[in-house]
Amino acid sequence: MKADAGAGPRPTDALGTPLLTRRQKSVFAVASLLLSLTLWWLASASGWVDKVLLPSPLEVFGALVASVSDGSLFKHVLASLTRVLEGFALALIVAIPLGVAMGVSRIIYGFADPLLELLRPIPPIAVIPLAILWFGIDELSKVFIIAYGAFFPILVNTLAGFREVDRVQVRAAQALGANRFHIFRDVVLRSAFPFIVVGARLGMSMAFIVLVAAELIASSAGLGFLISDARYNFRTDQMFLGMACIGALGFALNVLLIRIERSLLKWKTL
Amino acid sequence: MANAISVSAPAGRLRDAAPTVAISALSVAYGSYRALESVSLDIQDGEFVCLLGPSGCGKTTLLNTIAGFVRASAGQVRVDGKAVDGPGADRGMVFQEYALFPWFTIEQNVQYGPKLRGLTKPELKEISDHYLKLVQLEDNKHRYTNQLSGGQRQRVAIARALANKPKILLMDEPFGALDAMTRESLQEELLRIWEAERRTCIFVTHSIGEAVFLADTIVVMQAHPGRIEVVLDNVLPRPRDRTSDAYFNMYREIDGYLRAAHHSTPAAEQQP
Repeated sequence: MKADAGAGPRPTDALGTPLLTRRQKSVFAVASLLLSLTLWWLASASGWVDKVLLPSPLEVFGALVASVSDGSLFKHVLASLTRVLEGFALALIVAIPLGVAMGVSRIIYGFADPLLELLRPIPPIAVIPLAILWFGIDELSKVFIIAYGAFFPILVNTLAGFREVDRVQVRAAQALGANRFHIFRDVVLRSAFPFIVVGARLGMSMAFIVLVAAELIASSAGLGFLISDARYNFRTDQMFLGMACIGALGFALNVLLIRIERSLLKWKTL
Repeated sequence: MANAISVSAPAGRLRDAAPTVAISALSVAYGSYRALESVSLDIQDGEFVCLLGPSGCGKTTLLNTIAGFVRASAGQVRVDGKAVDGPGADRGMVFQEYALFPWFTIEQNVQYGPKLRGLTKPELKEISDHYLKLVQLEDNKHRYTNQLSGGQRQRVAIARALANKPKILLMDEPFGALDAMTRESLQEELLRIWEAERRTCIFVTHSIGEAVFLADTIVVMQAHPGRIEVVLDNVLPRPRDRTSDAYFNMYREIDGYLRAAHHSTPAAEQQP
């Protein structure tokens, strides 16, 4: 509980092994990246692997520079990011109120739960053909599929949050004069909130997975399109660039959401 | 006539004054399990009552019925003449599990009840400062509850209950989860607060020593079915000395009641 990491003995894990310091961690991270890049470069430069199938890191970097300077990368990133955020927002707007309603009302829960349990095992990718038939190959079908993918993690976690409400805390509030509305606002929602936030984070990573699948199938812009278009042109350097961008973007969004989570749930992380 | 009225007017705390809490022929059953069977008890204003007994004697059920969390199967509980039909701010509660709101700061926890009653910010601040000072946690008011020790958390819970100015303070084994040293110092702190505020206090415990140290009245209960065995007046002068002969005599007397009525539960389990 005390923050005297500098003065005391080094922190260890449960087995007594000293944990890595911040500095050691960054040294390892840089070393691991450099080593993989070197191996990759060696594999491609030495001719072990066909250069067409595995371009060297330098070529991928070249593709990055080229697509940044002609503005095409920005266009693709913007297209993908817009879809993810729209689909994610749509999922939040539907899943959280539904989860709250199901958490509060046994009747709504009884009606909605069997239906949702039947829909949940259908992977978003299986919905893509139907979405294209219903909503066309434009933005709407992609946003729909992304929302569908992000919906279930958010809903399931919201419901789990409602199950975590502590009866003794509810009683404590009642004995302080809280009515049903106060208890909902100050105890139930507050206890469910960390779960909703975790659900949102899981929903966001699902949105990303679904995005690329949707873009691979039908689109004229976006990182998924960049990858599939590169396949037709045999531009493996662009495929690698597209994949690296998806990785970097997903990583950045996850870090952002963890930051938001920490600041919203300050009381939990202290 | 006027004379007679002035003579019969109660002076100070009297047994025959209108009780603050009147429990009459109260039974609570869960299916065929009789948690409480025909319990009657009157509690006077400002009295410190301990409900004492082994597990399953219904002491917590009795407290929860007074609090309004548990419904009576038969009989009733009246507080200030009004039948209890649910929880209310007139009966403050302190739980063994603390039951603080971890998403609020300590100050926000203490202000919660008064805030629901719509007090202004300066009033809220005055109240929380007063009660946090009373439990010696005024320097921690902006911290969150998971930064506190068990004893500190329970002091916040006591401050939170008192800050709402309840008529009655209900406490359900509040010090049961704490170590012996912390428990004794919190018992002393509770008495100091009780003597300052003189609220009616109903305190559940399974510790004979705790009851002898704290209570004006000790309600000894028994299990199967949950019932009152005997109600004892604890006349030991305050402040009480845990090492005095009088303290041990009282302890031994209660131990005798618990052993005599229930051989199967060894009274050795009862911690002093």
